Amino acid sequence: MLNIMTYITDIIKYMKVPLIVGLLLSITAAMLGVVLVVKQYSMIGDGLSHVGFGSTAVALAVGTQPLYIAIPVVVIAAYVLIRIGENKKTHTDAAIGLISSSALAIGFLAGNLSDGFSSDINSYMFGSITTATVSELSYILPFSLIIIIVFIFSYNRIFAVSFDENFAKASGMNTRLYNIILALSTAIVIVIGIKVMGTLLISSLIIFPALTSMRIFHNFKKVVISSVIISVVSFLIAFFLFSRYSSAASIVLVNLVFYILAAIFAFLRKKLAK
Amino acid sequence: MKLIECSNLKIGYNNRVLNTLSFTINSGDFICIIGNNGTGKSTLIKTLLKLTPSLGGKILFDIELKKSSIGYLTQDLQVNESFPATVYEIVLSGCIGKMGAKIFYTKKEKELVNKYLEYLEIAHLKNKPFKGLSGGEQQKTLIARALCSTDKLLFLDEPLQGLDMKAALSFYEMLKKINKEENVTIILITHNVDIAMPYVNKILYLGHDESLMCSPEEYRHSNYASQYVGGHDHA
Repeated sequence: MLNIMTYITDIIKYMKVPLIVGLLLSITAAMLGVVLVVKQYSMIGDGLSHVGFGSTAVALAVGTQPLYIAIPVVVIAAYVLIRIGENKKTHTDAAIGLISSSALAIGFLAGNLSDGFSSDINSYMFGSITTATVSELSYILPFSLIIIIVFIFSYNRIFAVSFDENFAKASGMNTRLYNIILALSTAIVIVIGIKVMGTLLISSLIIFPALTSMRIFHNFKKVVISSVIISVVSFLIAFFLFSRYSSAASIVLVNLVFYILAAIFAFLRKKLAK
Repeated sequence: MKLIECSNLKIGYNNRVLNTLSFTINSGDFICIIGNNGTGKSTLIKTLLKLTPSLGGKILFDIELKKSSIGYLTQDLQVNESFPATVYEIVLSGCIGKMGAKIFYTKKEKELVNKYLEYLEIAHLKNKPFKGLSGGEQQKTLIARALCSTDKLLFLDEPLQGLDMKAALSFYEMLKKINKEENVTIILITHNVDIAMPYVNKILYLGHDESLMCSPEEYRHSNYASQYVGGHDHA
């Protein structure tokens, strides 16, 4: 017992920064994830992660701080994809496929040409939370706090726009502004998330908690709150119990277990109700 | 008092003009829009709400009329089948235009929601998920939301879909009450003129060639009434 306690306190002591970064990402990704999933925009998150990878690789190749390039590029891509999603629902998946594979190709070529990341391409693909530094935390923290506060303060408006955009527009709401805010927040979460989860696994952090909660609850507010809880708990379990393995892959698998449990729960509840 | 005045307003979409209209909506009116399919009934409402651009002509709004005092019930709501939301959450979202700079809903808005839930006899469904409701119950939820969002002007695009005759009549009684007592101007699209006739003060008939705004009596004696078959074969 004592061993486990010292093990946990050791992790907290030496891994304080990765722990905080992971918690912030779990919260913001889960909140935005609910909106993206109910608006059927989940694949946008996946596409954007590839754009994030591509722009990060280009930034490293030209030798600048990745965020200076990644954030604006991903914001623009997010806005374009959300606008396409509004107008022609049928073309969104094709547009995402096009954008994500092009971004991946550009990123990979940029890396090859500069030999910038060929050594640690693994960490861009699958994340490396343990290497999160204080200087990274210094921008992740304010960005995350802004997203959390904006989300809470515009919760009712987010609900109205997500449920019925035309109605919100007819009521005088500036729905485009909310789509821009949504694009901006999604882009930031994804760029931050690439650090922790990697290009290939970040979208699972956005999609899983929302889907799990939607199996259990049918009330929007409860879905949002429980998504955040499920996301944080999954992260903590993976972080403490499986820290010696890939943290990103463990987080995805813990989330998967929760999803399966929720699906079983929903199935049994339906059976019993009959 | 004039609320909305349209002159030679061209409505349509993708640059295809469906109709050209001139009419005036006064404060306190209860107007029923009728016409065959493809004459631009829904498009007219969307144009007045500025959801669809007009293709020409003029619309003048009363300066006092704010978007936040307009309610709208759409005919073609496309809700994601798995959207998690309760009846209460959806009806409450009707108050979104009234929030102004406020962040959260106040007691006043919550009371309004409860009032209309009672009005439409769906108070017992308050905490039920929207997706599990019947078509009629979903329609009542959306009507309650539209009622919450208005205090001056209410647009209803085929509000009676999914409602039976008894519910339709009590719905018109309720609209009459809102129209008279709370002085809300109502503009409604329906295929069933016969039920609407005793309640409305004006009819806006959209034809393929010409359109007409008149009183129910004038309409009954016009040629359109006999040409327009929509009112007699729909329940």
